[in-house]
Parts: sequence; C-alpha cells; structure tokens
Amino acid sequence: MDYFAQQLINGFVLGSIYGLIAIGYTMVYGIVGMINFAHGDIFMIGGFIALISFLVLVSFGLTAVPLILLIVLLVSMAITALYGWTVERIAYRPLRHSFRLAPMLSAIGMSFVLSNYSQIAQGARVKPVPPIITGGYTLHASSGGFVVQLSNVQVVVVITTVVLLAIFTWLVARTRLGRDMRACEQDQTMAALLGVDVDRTISMTFVIGAALAAVAGMMYLLYYGLVDFFMGFVAGIKAFTAAVLGGIGSLPGAMLGGLAIGLIETLWSAYFSVEYKDVAAFSILIVVLIFLPTGLLGRPEVEKV
Amino acid sequence: MAALAPAQTHASRAQGAAFILKKALISAFVALVLFSLMIGIRTEAGPSGQLIYWTRFGELAAMVVTVFGGSIIVELLRQWWGPVGTIRIVPPSVQKALAVARRAIAPLLLVFTFLVPVIFYDQRYILDLAILVLTYVMLGWGLNVVVGLAGLLDLGYVAFYAVGAYSYALLATNFGLSFWVCLPLAGILAAFWGMLLGFPVLRLRGDYLAIVTLAFGEIIRLVIINWQSLTGGPNGVSGIPRPTLFGIPLTPGDDGLAARLGIEFSPTHRIVFLFYLILAMALLTNWVTIRLRRLPIGRAWEALREDEVACRALGINTTTTKLTAFATGAMFGGLAGAFFATRQGFISPESFTFQESALVLAIVVLGGMGSQLGVALAALTMIGGFELFRGLDQYRMLVFGIAMVVLMIWRPRGLIGHRDPTVFLKRSHAISSDLVKEGHG
Repeated sequence: MDYFAQQLINGFVLGSIYGLIAIGYTMVYGIVGMINFAHGDIFMIGGFIALISFLVLVSFGLTAVPLILLIVLLVSMAITALYGWTVERIAYRPLRHSFRLAPMLSAIGMSFVLSNYSQIAQGARVKPVPPIITGGYTLHASSGGFVVQLSNVQVVVVITTVVLLAIFTWLVARTRLGRDMRACEQDQTMAALLGVDVDRTISMTFVIGAALAAVAGMMYLLYYGLVDFFMGFVAGIKAFTAAVLGGIGSLPGAMLGGLAIGLIETLWSAYFSVEYKDVAAFSILIVVLIFLPTGLLGRPEVEKV
Repeated sequence: MAALAPAQTHASRAQGAAFILKKALISAFVALVLFSLMIGIRTEAGPSGQLIYWTRFGELAAMVVTVFGGSIIVELLRQWWGPVGTIRIVPPSVQKALAVARRAIAPLLLVFTFLVPVIFYDQRYILDLAILVLTYVMLGWGLNVVVGLAGLLDLGYVAFYAVGAYSYALLATNFGLSFWVCLPLAGILAAFWGMLLGFPVLRLRGDYLAIVTLAFGEIIRLVIINWQSLTGGPNGVSGIPRPTLFGIPLTPGDDGLAARLGIEFSPTHRIVFLFYLILAMALLTNWVTIRLRRLPIGRAWEALREDEVACRALGINTTTTKLTAFATGAMFGGLAGAFFATRQGFISPESFTFQESALVLAIVVLGGMGSQLGVALAALTMIGGFELFRGLDQYRMLVFGIAMVVLMIWRPRGLIGHRDPTVFLKRSHAISSDLVKEGHG
C-alpha cells in the first residue's frame, strides 16, 4: 500500500509535467487544427534555457534558491515563448491556407531543426545538474521499512503547475485575449470580421503554449536533474497522448489526460516493466483513439460533406 | 483571413528602405534573444562531472549579423519577385516544356539506371550510393501507395521496413532459410503487420491517423530494442547471410558464381548483383502500383483519397480499401527491409528510427504524392543531397529539417508535380491530389 502511495505521488508529479506540455498541443489544435509536432522540442529548448540560465545565475554568486528559481522560470518562459512565436511565424503562418498535410510536414521539419540545433549548439551529451531543491517530508513510515516520501521538488512542481494553471484559466476565461482565442477557435473568418486580429491571436496561442512548455521543461530539469537534446520527441508524443486522452481542444482535459498518462506510466514502471513504459504510453494512445476518439472531455467532431 | 493575406503583401511591397531596415532590426533583435543563451553560452560536463560553461559571444554576434543580413536579402528578393507563386517562378510555358520533357525523362532514366553498373563498375562508392538511392526509391514507391494513392498519412512506415529486415535476419540466422525463400515471407509478414495496423486506424482520420501510425512505428522499434532474447536488442542481428543468385553464392569458393562462369572473382560482382536485385524489386513495385491503379482497387484508393464520404456513398467498401492499401504499402516496405538486411549483413534498431519514416515521407511529398517518376527523382535528390552533406554530419538533419520547412512553404505540392486521379470528369478539374487530407478524403 505504501509502495502504491509513493507511486501515486510520483505519477502525479510526472503527470503535471505532461499536462503542462499537453496544454500547448490542445490549444494549438483547437485554434489552428494542426498538431504542432515541434512542441515537444519547444519543451526541450525550455529545459535547456532553464539549465543555462541557472548555471549563469549560480556563477554570478546568487545563492537564494527561491530567487534563482523565480528568475530562471521567468527567463526560460520569456525566451522559449519567443521560440514558439518564431516557429509559428516562420514555419506555420505561411502555410495557413495550404493543404492540410503541409503544416504537419513543416512541423516535423521544424522538430528536426530544433532538436538538431540544440544538439549542435550545446553538444549531444546529457547535461546533469546537481539537485537544486533538496529535502522533503516523510509522510508515512511503515514497519516494513518502506518510507513514503514527498520531496520538496515534487511540492514545487505541483504548486507551480497549479498556480500557472490558475493564471492561465483566468487568462482564457476572463481576458480580452482569451475571448479572442475562443472566438478564433469557433470561426476564424467570423472573428476576423468582428475585429479580432486573428494572426496576433494565433501567435499568442503559440506564445502561451511555448511558455507553459518552458515551465514543463524547467520542472523536468528540477525533477530529473538532466536535460538532453532528444528528450522532446518522446515527451512530446506522450503529452500529445495526454491531450488526446483528455479530449483535444479541451484545456481541463489536457491536464486530466496528463495526470492520467503520468499515473499510468509510473504505475506501469512500478508493477510491470520499466523497459516497456513507452510502449504502454503509445499503446494507450492507440487504444484511446479506437475506443474513445473524442477523449474524456472532448466534443465529438461532426463531419460535414 | 484569406482576403487579408494578399493585401498585407501589397502593403509591405510598397514600403521602402526604412521598412526593410526596421524589419531586419526586429529580426536581428529576435535572433539575439533566441540565441543569447543557446549559442552565446556553451555548457559541458566538466572533468569532475560538474557542469561548466564558457561564453561564445563571437558566434552569437555572427549569428545575429547573419540574421540581419539575411532578413534584408530576403525582403529585397521578395520585393523584387513580388508575391511568391509557383506561376511566377516557373512560368506556364516552362511547365509545359517540362511536361513534354517528362515523357522522355522516365525511359532515359531507366536506361541510364540499367547502365550504372557498367559505367561505374570500378567506383564502389557510386555503386553503393546507387543501391541506397534505389532502396529509398522502392520505399518511396511503397509508401506512395498508402500516402499518394489512398491518401492515408503514414508516419510509421519504417516499422514495416523493420519487420521485413528482422524477418529475413531472424529466419536466415535461426533456420538457415535462403534469401529467396525469406523474401516473400518478409513481404507477407510485413503485409500482415500492415493489416494489423490498419484495423485499429480504420475509423481514424486526419492528423490522428498520422500520430497513431507514428506511435505504431515507435512501438515496433521499442519492442525490437527490448525483446533482447529474440532480436538481440540494441546490439542488433549480425552475420546475416548474403544473397545468392538462386542458390549460387557470390563467393570466391569453387561453387561460387565466378568459378562456375570461369571468370576471375571480384567482390564487385556481389555489389552489381545487389544493384540489379534492388532495381528489379523497385521496378516490380512500380509495375505492381501502376497495374493496381488501373484495377478497381486502385480506383477505389484514389476515390478514397479524394473523398471518403462520397466513396462510401458510392458503395465502395472503405474497410477493405484501406486495409489493402496498408497491406500493399507494408509489403513493399517489408521487401525493401529484407533487401536492406541482406545488403548490410547487420541490422540494429538504430536503422529504424522515426527519422527514416520522415525521410521516406519527405521523398513521397517532395515527389508530388502519387507521381511515380516524381518519387524516384525526389529519392535521388534527397539521398544525393544527404551524401553531399556527409562531411558535415551533424548539420545533416538540421539541413534536412530546414529543407522540409522551406519546401512546404515554397512548393507544398512537391517539386516535380502531382498526380491527378486516373479517371475524373473532364469539367470539374478541381479535384486533385492537392486535396489530400490524410484520409479525410
């Protein structure tokens, strides 16, 4: 039971990270109707920028951990958001009225560009960092010697996720930008006629998605203590699975799907086999799409002739 | 939205030097922020395992200046050319001339291909490269059945390549079966896997289909890596037997082909044999595809690509249509995989990554989706281009990615052209492969 509880905690934390990435997929799919294949690599870039800015700050002699974390968070969000913006501007915007395969292929190309760019810029080797946040709480110590622990990193990851989600939900539900985004999601032409700057709104969608992916990248760095140039691919597919599982286009769905995928992956690794955890995640994607194509919270897509 | 785009282009065309400079400055600033940490600072694990970093402001400055200059040049080119359209770049008259030339290209190319081993007999490098190109031509033609004809976007095609390669490798090393027995077996097995993938994705459409096929490809690769007792895991399978000329080995021994023919043995014989083998297999793929296209099933594929709903309304069984498309495409992938295994003599999961799938898909798209000649030329361009960048190994995939993006922007329907449905009403010519929506129809 204790072991299960521990896995539950781990899965929840991992799920938060997936959920943050999944939001980027689901938003972009909702508005532009394309799978932003490069989103996983945006997440990877976010991790790298967090790592580098952390190193620089530490070498400047900054010691206050909360301050460092805050600056790293803001810097990586800002720069990664600019990456998201640039990717949309260069690779997707010119293709908005092209045939449907084109943005997908362009996104695949962009994914190669981003991962190879960071491989060339920062080298192919895995970058480890020492644990930044240490310590934790013992929740329950059983007689068998197994201890259920909640580390401070996990607390930070979950709290950051919840806070950002709250801000983000407010953004979509209450602000002008959020209203524009929802309008574009329903009908771009009509939104444009009513004075919504569609180009800008789509750009902002990518910016927000990338910023959240940067947060996920930083959380990944804090939690696992490493980044490498190839981590975006698998994480990206899993987050996409999460978005589909939750119902693509639905924001709470993305978070829910992320948590589900995180839990399934962790429990699978704990009770079955670590080697096949990715296979499990990908199989879930296939199974969900067969039996539940609209996901948990999605609306069925009506096909018009 | 659609109406806004040209208006903006006109507005930007009318601007002068100040506008260009402003745009370039903004680009340079964006580049400065983007590259500031990623290029300006290089991290590496130091001797004690601790991460260290050093600054590279020179490179950073060079990148920013490049972006600044590049932005000015691009903007000037854009003003000079006007709105970029294929008609402007390739005038209709040239396109017509190309269409005439195209009729001559295919036979000429075929004759030239047949003569390659004769012309380049002494140049092992060129022969090897030619074999590689032909392998990708075959893969491209195989995937073309799925993507180009049936309009189903398959991002996991490499899975069938892997199935074929491992089928031959395992059957040959464990049971000692010969290449000629294994080749059809590999094709059949891959076709079965194609059906297996086909069943769950029957109801899927659009991007979902693409992602599921991608996941399928990854699952196959991960299973190959982890099922060590069968596949040898990451170490792969080595010692795969070389192919024989219907039982006659191409070895220097007494029973070898050279000894039987009474000529001096040369290792090039095997290369030449492999060349003609893959050429025959590729041509078989092409021939089967062209024949199938004229059969009801081929017509059904094209109809499925154009419009799935209409297809169903006309009483076409979309289930069997999709499954046969997947199975046929997978079979050719499997055959190519078996050839790959016997040529290399060694296979490992490294060869079957997503990059391969993307490469083959890029070949099909670049070739114009559905055009047989286009795919062949695209394979030649892509693999040849890859070879040109061999010296710059780490920049290869970067250039590939950039090329994919640029091509999608510049000529999304492929460099060579596209294929209209084989039969269509003369009047409503609007339907064409441009409308492919990955199974949307």
